This record gives sequence, structure tokens and C-alpha cells, in this order.
Amino acid sequence: MTSAQQSPAISNPSQPLNVIVATDCGSTTTKAILIEKVGDEYRQTYRGEAPTTVEAPFEDVTRGVLNAIAEIEELSGRTILDGDRIITPNHAAQGDPKRGVDIYVSTSSAGGGLQMMVTGVVQNMTGESAQRAALGAGAIVIDVLASNDGRLPYEKIERIRAMRPDMILMSGGTDGGAVTHVVEMAEYIAAAEPRPRFGSTYRLPLVYAGNKDAQPQVKTILGDKTALEFADNIRPVLERENLAPARNKIHDLFLEHVMQQAPGYKKLIEMAGAPIMPTPAAVGVIMETIARREGINLIGVDIGGATTDVFSVFGGLFNRTVSANLGMSYSISNVLAEAGLDNIMRWVPFTIDEQTLRNRIKNKMVRPTTIPQSLDELQIEHAIAREALRLALIHHKSLATGLKGIQQERTISDVFEQRTSGKTLIDLLKLDLIVGSGGILSHAPRRIQSMLMMVDAYEPLGVTTLSVDSIFMMPHLGVLSTVNEQAATDVFVRDCMVYLGTCIAPIGQGKDGERCADYEVALPDGRIEKGTLAFGDLKLFSLSRDQQATVTLQPAKQVDLGEGPGQSFTRTVKGGVVGLMLDGRGRPLQLPTDQAARVAMLTRWYQAVGLYPKGS
Amino acid sequence: MAHSYTPGLTVTERTTVRRRRILPLPGTVLVQVGDAVRADTAVARAELPGKVVPLNLANQLGIAPDEINDYLVKKEKDSVQKDDVLAENKPFIKWFKTEIRSPITGKVESVSTITGQILLREPPRVLELRGYIDGAVAEVHTDQGVTVESTCSLVQGIFGIGGETSGELVLGVKAPDQPLVPEQLTPAMKGKVVVGGAFLSAATMARAKELGIVGLVVGGIHDKDLRALLGYDLGVAITGTEQVGFTLILTEGFGTIPMAPKTFALLAAHAGQKASISGATQIRAGVIRPEIIIPHSGPTATTKVAQAEREGIQLGDPVRIIRDPLFGKIGAVSGLPSELRAIPTESEVRVLEVRFPDGTATVVPRANIEVIEGA
Repeated sequence: MTSAQQSPAISNPSQPLNVIVATDCGSTTTKAILIEKVGDEYRQTYRGEAPTTVEAPFEDVTRGVLNAIAEIEELSGRTILDGDRIITPNHAAQGDPKRGVDIYVSTSSAGGGLQMMVTGVVQNMTGESAQRAALGAGAIVIDVLASNDGRLPYEKIERIRAMRPDMILMSGGTDGGAVTHVVEMAEYIAAAEPRPRFGSTYRLPLVYAGNKDAQPQVKTILGDKTALEFADNIRPVLERENLAPARNKIHDLFLEHVMQQAPGYKKLIEMAGAPIMPTPAAVGVIMETIARREGINLIGVDIGGATTDVFSVFGGLFNRTVSANLGMSYSISNVLAEAGLDNIMRWVPFTIDEQTLRNRIKNKMVRPTTIPQSLDELQIEHAIAREALRLALIHHKSLATGLKGIQQERTISDVFEQRTSGKTLIDLLKLDLIVGSGGILSHAPRRIQSMLMMVDAYEPLGVTTLSVDSIFMMPHLGVLSTVNEQAATDVFVRDCMVYLGTCIAPIGQGKDGERCADYEVALPDGRIEKGTLAFGDLKLFSLSRDQQATVTLQPAKQVDLGEGPGQSFTRTVKGGVVGLMLDGRGRPLQLPTDQAARVAMLTRWYQAVGLYPKGS
Repeated sequence: MAHSYTPGLTVTERTTVRRRRILPLPGTVLVQVGDAVRADTAVARAELPGKVVPLNLANQLGIAPDEINDYLVKKEKDSVQKDDVLAENKPFIKWFKTEIRSPITGKVESVSTITGQILLREPPRVLELRGYIDGAVAEVHTDQGVTVESTCSLVQGIFGIGGETSGELVLGVKAPDQPLVPEQLTPAMKGKVVVGGAFLSAATMARAKELGIVGLVVGGIHDKDLRALLGYDLGVAITGTEQVGFTLILTEGFGTIPMAPKTFALLAAHAGQKASISGATQIRAGVIRPEIIIPHSGPTATTKVAQAEREGIQLGDPVRIIRDPLFGKIGAVSGLPSELRAIPTESEVRVLEVRFPDGTATVVPRANIEVIEGA
């Protein structure tokens, strides 16, 4: 947690929090939710939304906030606004509990979020550490410059000049090590005279979190040209990463400098009872909290219109990445460009000519707020979402790694094992939970559609639980948890998190129809479902969240469920709104290359789980 | 949602536009409030700092970085000519003398005794900012630029490629549903903005470039032709800096889509007049749409004209359907049911009814229409 998060500015800490209004100012919509204490627990009761108003003619983000809250007023019958002011605290003590709220909190990614450029000395060491620090603070990293990034000095300077970041994070060198390279980078930055994205009159915030011995030189070079702040070295020794101080400094500067430039934010900061958080940072808080509370490994994803954020907690280590140009509306065309047409088409259960599909995707890009009206359009969007999710996870895996370039202790048992440092932390066999958020997952017409999109994109191994954010309120709860953890937890458990169910996926491949595993599912009503799961099969059993089933699988000899090839496996699993899914399609998942065979197979899978309406 | 958000593109015969012309960094404003300006009038000027060229003198001279001051011939802030000696050693034997010469003409920006590096900077480049539209200066932003105001006809497109330019409007087709084919382009169209109908192909674009046509305005193109034109697959709709030989503006979208009759009629009515066009598109926060501005002759008011603000969508509003299966069809709103309706995807959404000119009607999600704005 950052210092900003730890110091909620509640005017009166003894004031009970019974009614809370929270907003998330997104790049297109501002979403407001109302949370009320009902009995002993907090519940999310009403929701409103309005277009975000950072652009002309309004150029004041609070306008959209007030509109979204006005919608809640309309729906709830509660008076929250007095003109342009949020009434705090709630007037219950004065006998009017329907007047006012106890606190207002907000997150924001309006105006493109926090865009940062980071620098390091060695690209896959301090460069990556700096990238992780910035991403963890909720930023979008627009470029990583390093002494060994292959660019010539003048190219680096040109690049810095062309960028218009909101902030720069400089790292490089271990404490006490050589200062030359990091000072050289400072000289390049000074020469480039970088200008901030918003506001030409203020100085660009720059956090220096490199070799502490270079601080005096960096101050001489950049002190007059930037709003320079120092933080502890993010890599004080090669073997250790120390990201928290730099992250905290980024948060402080985000509030003090960057947000002050965005239209209406001064007012928004005054309105809020706790510091405004960047949306992804707030979602990160929620993900970390779930993993800590349940003691599990998880992957979280927030797939938006412009970006896809991926969060992971493995063995208590939190990582976040943002794939800035993978999204379902503004960036949809980039998903096509990065994934390629064939990869998208492999998920579409019908044939469509390339020109038509390309034109449709571009039309969604230029009119990002449209929604699929026909089933084939929905199926195309779901196919694209699978690829966006898959690519974003690949990106995440490449950054969520152990530290690179460090010496490892090797024992005699490691002699024959070739392992390099910097291995990814993401181990799908150890993954317990996938949490999905964002329009395409939260608002899919059938919950099974969200579940299968995530299963197809991530290919979880063994036993994995899946869930989605019901109506996209994780950012709100993330910022709320910094003020009142109980309120955030109550709402998260009861209203936000929708458990979809459990997926059991054996590892191994075989011919379509060949035996993958024999299964026995002991259902809560006493029934026992027995059968053979063949390769290419998807089987779905109805099992609600409050029910458990005991599943025993006897895999074929080349098939593994985490216990070793051919080893029997028994596990008690929980259900969800979709249920229990046995996925015999093999891992890695392979689809036929022949078009007719692929369409037939997809149709078989989709029908087996009731993915789309009949007759589609 | 209590308020339905229905973005629209403006197509209007008469409006007042104000365009901020701001330098990328502080400079000099060359005009005053009230001055009449033309599209090609320079309204402000700035000096863009020159390119920086780093040289590591310590490495080249084989000395420690903190010794370089002893070897410098040129000091910080000194002007240098190309091939001037920047630093040299002083060996006992002249034969071993090493001279480091400047690769550029400019000045010494900085010298570092930590890295042994010298940074040279080329002379500044003068940037002149043009007026972009014919009109009058409505506001001067000291050291930054101006706002130019013009009474004009305005057409906003949905997507464009290429920057600002201007030229005489000419029609390449007779009707909005006709494609613009290479044979319709003639050498007389050089330096002009050509209006097409439903579609133009890669061959038409190649012909336009060959003839020196400065702008093309058309209903739609195929994505594959855009890819061929740019040489890459456009991932994100942030454009305006492409150099493809002309500025391209799509009024409807991707595919073969007849230009909206209202748009075509407006452009046809102004054939022969000068238009300023920009292909710059940004479909993100801070939406920028490509535009065709046809300034009206005569004096321009320098007072702010209040633009009518939309009060949401209303019965009778002309709309364009912007999503398949009826993409590109144009009609008028004939029903605004307030309750949510299930659509074929099983989603429950707010919808509206659109009646087409042939009398048929359909129901579409409100998110999938665009109001054709402008009186």
C-alpha cells in the first residue's frame, strides 16, 4: 500500500460510515455506486453512470461525476447533491437518513490514465524493475529506455523528446556501484527537454530511484529542468527489488502534479474524502486483498476498451501489467494486428470472408461505443476477446518474473537442470482463481460465455476456479478498502464477485474421441455421475456456489492432473452460477486447421455447454 | 441510464468554428485580434530546438572523464562549425596528436566530467504555424498561438488519414452511391479536394497521388486498401501525421457505403469553393474527427456564436445506423421506447425505432445509431 492509500483524508475519523458513494471516472464513462449499511453488513444498492466530461465543452470531470450521482439520486430517492456539492455527512442523526452520504471516494483513468516513461541501465534488470514499479503504481508505460536497449544516443534523445509522458521514473545502478551510465541517461533526458502531456507551463515530474550515489549529479543535471523527487533505489543490490518507495512517490506526484492539470480535478480532489487513486492501482489493491485473505494464487484481468490490465499474485508476490493497446473498442483493431486474422478466426464458429471481417473490426474501432446486435457479431467479439486476453497474459508472463541476472544457489540436484534466472512466476498448475472484469466479461449475456472466454484464452491446468466482477465495481471497492476495509470486503463478497464455477483440465493431448480420463462426480444430492471424458469433450455439471462435489479422475497414462501422468486424482470443488466444467480438450489446446473441421468442433463445444442460444 | 448518450457527426450549412492554433512550445504570435487570415497565413512562429548529437570525448581521446576539461578547445555554450576541433590531446610527438572534430554546425550544449560526454546541438529550426482556415483572429494566446474563427459550412467525417491542407472542392461523381473510379480523376484536379461517393479503391488512391490531388472525401474504403496505403495495419485510430500524398476523409466508415445524401448535397452545393480539410482523427479521450471546412466569403463575426446544445435524441432526428447488419443505412427516429428490450444476442438494452425513406422500419440498440447533426 502506498502512503497515499494509507492516509485517507476523512474529515472526522470517528464518523461512522453507513452510506458511501464511490465513482470511477473512466475514459468514456463515469460509473457511480451507492453502498449502504444494511443491518450489520454493507451492500451495493444503486448504480448510475454518465459520460465522462474531461473534454470540451465541459472540460470538468466533476460534471460527469455529478451526473452519475444524480442518476443514483433518481433511482434511490436519496438526496445526495446540494447543487454542485455532495452532502456529507449523512443526516441520520438529524432524523433524515435519506439525506447525504458519509463519504465520497473516487478512482480515475480519465484522460488516458497515468502515462509514464521509465529508464534503467540494463534493460532486463533495472529497466524491468522500473517498469514493474510504474505498472504497480497503476501507470501505462509508454517506453522503457536503457543504456543497452540497442538505440543510439541520439535516437534515445529523439525518443524522449517525442514522448509526452505525465511522469518519468529513472532507475539504474546498485547503491555504491558505478554512476556513469545513470548520469549519462540524465544527460540525455536534460538534452531532450521533455514536455508533459498536459499543461505546457509546469515542470515534468521525475522520480529518481537509482544508485543513491548519483543523486547529487542527477540533481545538478535535472534539478532545474524537471520537478525532481528522489526515492530509495528500486534495486539497491542486484538480488533485491525495492519497489514500494518509488511506487509511493509516483502516487504522491500523480496527485500533486498530474491530476492538478486535468480539467476539474482540483475540484474532484476537494470533493473526495480520500485520495483519488488511478483505477488500475485500485483494482490491484482488491486483487492483492483477495489473494491475501484466501491465501491463494490468482490471476485477475480487467479488459477494457483501450487497455487490458493483468494482475497476478503468486506465492504472495503481486505483479501488474497493462497492455496499452489491447482492448475491445478503441484498440480492437490492434488486437487483429497483433494476433493475426487466423488466430481470431479459429474461435469463430462460422465462415466469414476476410474483407468483411476486417471492415467490421475497423468500424468498431471508429465507433467504439456500438454493441453487437446480431449473434454472429457477438461471436466475433468473443473471439477477439479471447485473443486480447491471451496476448495480455503472454505480456504479463514476460514481466511477472523473478529477478534476472542474479546468481542462483545450485545444489547437486540441479546439475542436470538447465534453468536461467528470471523465470516467469505464473504457474497455471498452481493457479487457484481467475477473476475477470471489464465490459465484455461482466456484461456477457450468458455467464458461461465469460467462463469459456477465460478458459480458452488462459488454458488453465488442473483445478481452477473462475469468477467475474458482476457490474464492474472493483475500482470503487479498491479505493474504498483504503478507508473502510470491512465495507469493501462485504460488498466484494456479496455483490461484486460472481463465482462462475470450477474448471478441471487434464494436461496432455490425444486424438479426438480417445479416452482422456474416467470421471466420477459425487454431487451434493447424492447422485454420482460416472463416465469417460474423451479428448475433445467439454462436460458441464450444474453445481451452485454453496454446493460442493467430490470429483475423482483416473487419467489415461499420458495424461496428468498435477499428480503425475496416469495418477488418480480426487478433489472436492465448489460450484458457481455456471457449475463444474470438465475440459477434455487437451493442453495445450489445439484446434483443427481445416476450416470445416474447426467449425464443426467449435459448434460441438459451444453446444455442449449451451454457450449461445439454440439455432445459432 | 436516464440520459442517452448519442454521439453524432456534424453536417451543417452554416456554423461558426473556432480553431486553436497553438505552437508546440512558446514562440511569437504574428497577428492580432481582428486580423483577417487565410489558410496559408503564418499566424505564429517558434524556434524548435535543434537535434542533439552526443560525443564521448573521454572514450575517443582515451582519457578519464574528469580530465576532459583539460583537452577541450571549445567550451560549454561555444558556437561550432562542422569540422571545427572540439578537443585535442597534446602529445610530445605531433604524430600522435588526436583531434576530435564537430560532426555538426551548432553549439556546445553541455560537457560532463562524469561521463566524459559532450552534447552538441544543431541550430534551432523555425516553425511557422499557418492559419488553416480563412477567417479572423478571435483570440491571441500570448507566446502560444491564436484562435481563428470562421463562418463556414462544416462536415465532420468519421475517420481520416493525413494532415491539414486546403484546395478547391470538386465533385468526382454524380451521386452519393457511385464509387469513385480512377477514370474520373483528371489532371485538372491537381491541388484540389475531390468528393467521391460510396467507395474508392486502391487504384483510385494511386491515381490521385499521381495527379497531385490534395484531398479525397468518400463514403468508405476497404480496410485492406488502407493497409496497402499505409504499409501497416492501423491498430489504434490516432492519425493525422501520415504522409501518403493526400488527405483522405471517410464520411461513413469501412466498406462500400453511400455517402449520406445530406453530406453529398452540401459538398456538391459548394463545388468550386475553397475548403480546408484535416484528416486528423483521435478516437480516444479528446475525440478529434476529420473535417471539411468551407469558409463563407464576407466579413466574419469575431463574437462567439452560441452553439445549440443537443438535448438527447428526439423523434424525427435523422440518424445513421452504425453497426451491422444494417450498417450505413440512414433513416429517422420513429419510436423511443423507454423499457429495455432483448436483442438477438440476449442482451437487454435500450432501443429505438428507425423508419427508412422506403417506409420500412426496424428496431436497433440506441448505442448503434449516430445522429446526423447540424441544421
